[in-house]
Amino acid sequence: MDVQAWTFLIVGLSFALYIFIAIRSRAGSTGEFYVAGKGVPPLANGMATAADWMSAASFISMAGLISFMGRDGGVYLMGWTGGYVLLALLLAPYLRKFGRFTVPDFIGDRYYSSTARLVAVFCAIFVSFTYVAGQMRGVGIVFSRFLEVDIEIGVLIGMAIVFFYAVLGGMKGITYTQVAQYCVLIFAFMVPAIFISIMLTGNAVPQLGLGGEVEGGMHLLDKLDGLSKDLGFDAYTNGSKGTLDVFCITMALMVGTAGLPHVIVRFYTVKRVKDARMSAFWALLFIAVLYTTAPAVAVFARTNLLQEVPGKRFEEIPKGLQKWEESGLLAWTDKNSDGKIQYTKGKAFNGKPQFKEKDGERVLGDQGQGLLTNEAVEGTNELYIDRDIMVLANPEIAGLPDWVVGLVAAGGLAAALSTAAGLLLVISTSFAHDLMKKTLTPDIDEKRELFLARVGAAVAVVIAGYFGINPPGFVAQVVAFAFGLAAASFFPAILLGIFSKRMNREGVISGMIVGILFTASYIIYFQFIDKDAKPWFGISPAGIGTLGMLINFAVAFTVSRFTAPPPEEVQEMVDDIRLPETDEA
Amino acid sequence: MSQQDPVNTDSAATAPAGMTPREYWRKNITCVLWLLAIWFVVSYGCGILFADELDQFRTPGGGIKLGFWFAQQGSIYVFVILIAIYVRFMNRLDARFNGKQG
Repeated sequence: MDVQAWTFLIVGLSFALYIFIAIRSRAGSTGEFYVAGKGVPPLANGMATAADWMSAASFISMAGLISFMGRDGGVYLMGWTGGYVLLALLLAPYLRKFGRFTVPDFIGDRYYSSTARLVAVFCAIFVSFTYVAGQMRGVGIVFSRFLEVDIEIGVLIGMAIVFFYAVLGGMKGITYTQVAQYCVLIFAFMVPAIFISIMLTGNAVPQLGLGGEVEGGMHLLDKLDGLSKDLGFDAYTNGSKGTLDVFCITMALMVGTAGLPHVIVRFYTVKRVKDARMSAFWALLFIAVLYTTAPAVAVFARTNLLQEVPGKRFEEIPKGLQKWEESGLLAWTDKNSDGKIQYTKGKAFNGKPQFKEKDGERVLGDQGQGLLTNEAVEGTNELYIDRDIMVLANPEIAGLPDWVVGLVAAGGLAAALSTAAGLLLVISTSFAHDLMKKTLTPDIDEKRELFLARVGAAVAVVIAGYFGINPPGFVAQVVAFAFGLAAASFFPAILLGIFSKRMNREGVISGMIVGILFTASYIIYFQFIDKDAKPWFGISPAGIGTLGMLINFAVAFTVSRFTAPPPEEVQEMVDDIRLPETDEA
Repeated sequence: MSQQDPVNTDSAATAPAGMTPREYWRKNITCVLWLLAIWFVVSYGCGILFADELDQFRTPGGGIKLGFWFAQQGSIYVFVILIAIYVRFMNRLDARFNGKQG
């Protein structure tokens, strides 16, 4: 069997499994549709949360990103895991004690205000759509590269699968498919990592392989530092970003993680407060398996790349890497006409590669490489390489068996689909529950609300699919937006709702609005309007959510001092949230 | 006794250890603050602010510079342990509050 047959087989089997689970766990009530009837065991919820949280970005892009950033890549590793500590210690148990269905539910009830609820609904929907577009795109890329179908068809297949289990099963269906998807994605991530770790360092545990020795008794990281410097890159283990910037980005990612509605809502699905704490532990443990392997994969991939590519002729580099040229994720322009690839610091040309075409066919150079119309820029670097390739091409570069390649495709799809489903559910509940039932049409019955939730999920799938096929050119930048907004709005609002009894409606609404406006205008200005402007104190747009959060806190505190304290029953509610539930609840 | 508010009388009846809601909340906050202090020190301290100083040292076996290790792996291990400690502490505290042996 060849690579493609293996891929079809493994992806097909995994899809059949998801559909089987979806049919087994259909939702019959709004409680089951929104929060799986609050009966998910902590271990299963931990796995589901892990799959929910680890998106196409974690699976496909993160290790690649780190492999190009070196030590600075730590912002993603720490940022996306450290947020769980905040979530577990500060939010999850209390939100579970509060009960109900959604994050806007909490904000609306705690701040006795439908304006607060609406601001929360708006943020939840915006954050979720931002994210889900990227997931659908990820599905399309995996399909087009591994199964050689068009990206559009890939996205349509992905939509059909998600539609099936999200619309039918709601949270109940999603939860158990996510458990299966976690198993698929972690297996798919670990198998190639273990293989390559053994090949490079002789150690079967990739986490330890990172500190291992390569042939000749040299430490892997020292060797990589040496290779990098010889080629004119910075040493891999040295950072190049400013300390304040790294600090702020890490903080924004952590706080943003803790404020993401599709993750928070997973803690509503367990039976007791105790179970919410326990599932936060399981979730981080399951996430940590991938997140401690990723830096090792990044180093392995970088080492292989620097050994296999620079100074070689295009036709000599591994076939698994060459193939990515067809998808436009790799390109080579022979600036000095020596027939060899020079790879060093700096850009080869501006923008994405534009291949020369004649009668709809690419014009090829003497080594079979596509010729480019991009104008070369100064500097000696001749290679364009997209970071996303690193994880997907790694098994092929390392020459692993064909079934491993198929497995990686199935893993990437599992990661993208599980996150997409979780996000679609947030959109559908925000619409049916928070917007319709709680705000616009309070007198609808449960059956009607469930119907609306299904319609909401269906419409959301279609919109997400549309963005997957016609992605706005700025998906990556928009993700900074999602985190920044979650950090500057949800996190402070929920935190204050639990830990400050004095915090009132006026304080929180003004805090959220100022936080969002500040963060949004900073990102829009430095990301879209004036890209070359020098950011304040060297804080990049990805880190500005940290400042937005602080401003939110400051405004909320000040305003609440000068306005009336919350009503008696709200203060009692806060007291109640803080106490443990009585046993056998 | 008669002057106590109803919540306190209630919990005094069910909690032989004599823990009031106020005490429970204070213990909870203390635990959380300690854990967050460690959380901050390993990630922002060891992984970012003092990473360069720590890079003079290496992990056992000598393969990885310590600051780099904290930024890319070490902090994550510590995060998992922190949540485990929190779960254990809170389960016991809850049991004591509800008047049972943890």
